[in-house]
Amino acid sequence: MTRPGLTAILVLSALFLTAIGSAWKGTTSQSRQFRELPGARPSHQFPLGTDDLGRDRLARLLFATGISLGLATAAALVATLLAAIAGGAAGYFGGWWDKCTVQVIDLLLSLPWFFLLLAARAVLPLNAPPLASLVLTYGLLSALGWAGPARVVRAGTRRLRDSEFALQAGAQGCGPLRILWRHVIPNLKPVLLAQIWTTVPVFILSEANLGLLGLSAGEPYPTWGNLLRELQNPFSIRLEAFAPLAVILITVACFKLATPREELPI
Amino acid sequence: MRTIAKVLARRIGALAVTLLAGGLLTAVLVRVSPGFDVDERELDPRLNQASRLWIQQERAGNRNILAFYGRRLERIVLHGDLGTSTSLDRPIAQLLRDRLPVTAQIMAIGVVGGWALAFALALPSVLCRSVVFRGLAGWSQQILLCLPAAALAIVVFDFGGPVRALVALAVCPRVFEYLRNLLVEAYAQPHILTARAKGLGGGVILARHVLPYIAPQLLALAGVSVSIAFGAAIPIEALCDLPGIGQLAWQAATARDLPLLLAITFLVIAVTQICNTVSDWAGPGEKRI
Repeated sequence: MTRPGLTAILVLSALFLTAIGSAWKGTTSQSRQFRELPGARPSHQFPLGTDDLGRDRLARLLFATGISLGLATAAALVATLLAAIAGGAAGYFGGWWDKCTVQVIDLLLSLPWFFLLLAARAVLPLNAPPLASLVLTYGLLSALGWAGPARVVRAGTRRLRDSEFALQAGAQGCGPLRILWRHVIPNLKPVLLAQIWTTVPVFILSEANLGLLGLSAGEPYPTWGNLLRELQNPFSIRLEAFAPLAVILITVACFKLATPREELPI
Repeated sequence: MRTIAKVLARRIGALAVTLLAGGLLTAVLVRVSPGFDVDERELDPRLNQASRLWIQQERAGNRNILAFYGRRLERIVLHGDLGTSTSLDRPIAQLLRDRLPVTAQIMAIGVVGGWALAFALALPSVLCRSVVFRGLAGWSQQILLCLPAAALAIVVFDFGGPVRALVALAVCPRVFEYLRNLLVEAYAQPHILTARAKGLGGGVILARHVLPYIAPQLLALAGVSVSIAFGAAIPIEALCDLPGIGQLAWQAATARDLPLLLAITFLVIAVTQICNTVSDWAGPGEKRI
């Protein structure tokens, strides 16, 4: 791995540790409202100041890091798993299943990603409890985000199915399921890993866009998208309000730098 | 000639199937959404029981999704009637007519501006020997790729920047990366190296040898950039108060306006599919693996 890639992994590890730490600490510090200090400037007590409700911006940003990074990764894992099942089965077995899967993938990919996400998110309850809205938002990302990775997985599976070693295994009497289990799936691992690396930043950016439109998780749980809504008030905008944007930029850049290039489709 | 007609018929058939499936998908999504059967008109205290019953019966007609979808399609295809928006209470055709020019303008600026910017950065970064310029061009595009379009829109809007040109910033980095790789590959071709060695001017090489060589791939990318532009236009229009189709889609989605959402889905699928088909036809053709 290259030096920038290693640095990116170190930064991501630090962010993940922060996320785990903030989750361990609980929700109290981020939801506590210091009513005597609303909109406070950065200080020793509040390094990023407080928001309009007197909540510690840094505590909320750390908690949001835990939610956004953790759930985007979980959603990417689920989406890749769905892609592996749908794309893998289509690529390996072919026939009608393949044709139907390709049609569904084409349909999902023919719509602009954000339009599809917006339409699907809006038909789900917007006044759901905070925890439910979090699950809904990220569940939706994984339910709709599998199409792109499935296309790559399907192509990879077909390539492996028709490879010489798989044909030789078949000629020596291996059954289709044994070939799938012993030869195809182990060789698909790098492709699936690359898909997870590329899907996480897409989900992070999508949640941020949804959050700014008020369609992400509800209060009191902060996400990176929700925190960006502070930028919508041009009269009270301050430099420290850009902190979530900077964290998103760093995180997505790190994911892009750490993605194994050789497994990406050209 | 017969082959062309056959390919054309297959493409139109595929477009029609995608349109129908996309419309059905949207209709099913909205139908199964929680709270679909609730009509806020029923809360009006001035309505008597008979009026409430009438509203409930009117709503009940939409419960069978296939019947509803069939009726809607019949009205669209046979009568050219897109229906009325339930949330805005205006004919959908009129709403689309009013807002289409705004989105068309934003997308035209976005696609043309994005491509122009990508060319302006990619070409010197391939030809120029300055590591600093190449680094700056590459990193600026990577940074744009790492920022959510909505956040970019809100920051530019807050500081009074040109929000209508923002779509270009979403299109440019995606085109830039691909374009730079294509140009690197093209300039390494033996016939172009020979042309350079023989002293042909940079402009002539670009116009006569490089552009024709990469044109099929560029056309394919042009189709995709329309879809990218529309995806970016939605949050930009919604947040920057630009009355276009993107804002209308957001309003329809949040108000669960099924007829309007359906009409917009048809429009979006049609536009993106036509652009993809045209670019695919003119370009190298999508490689089906």
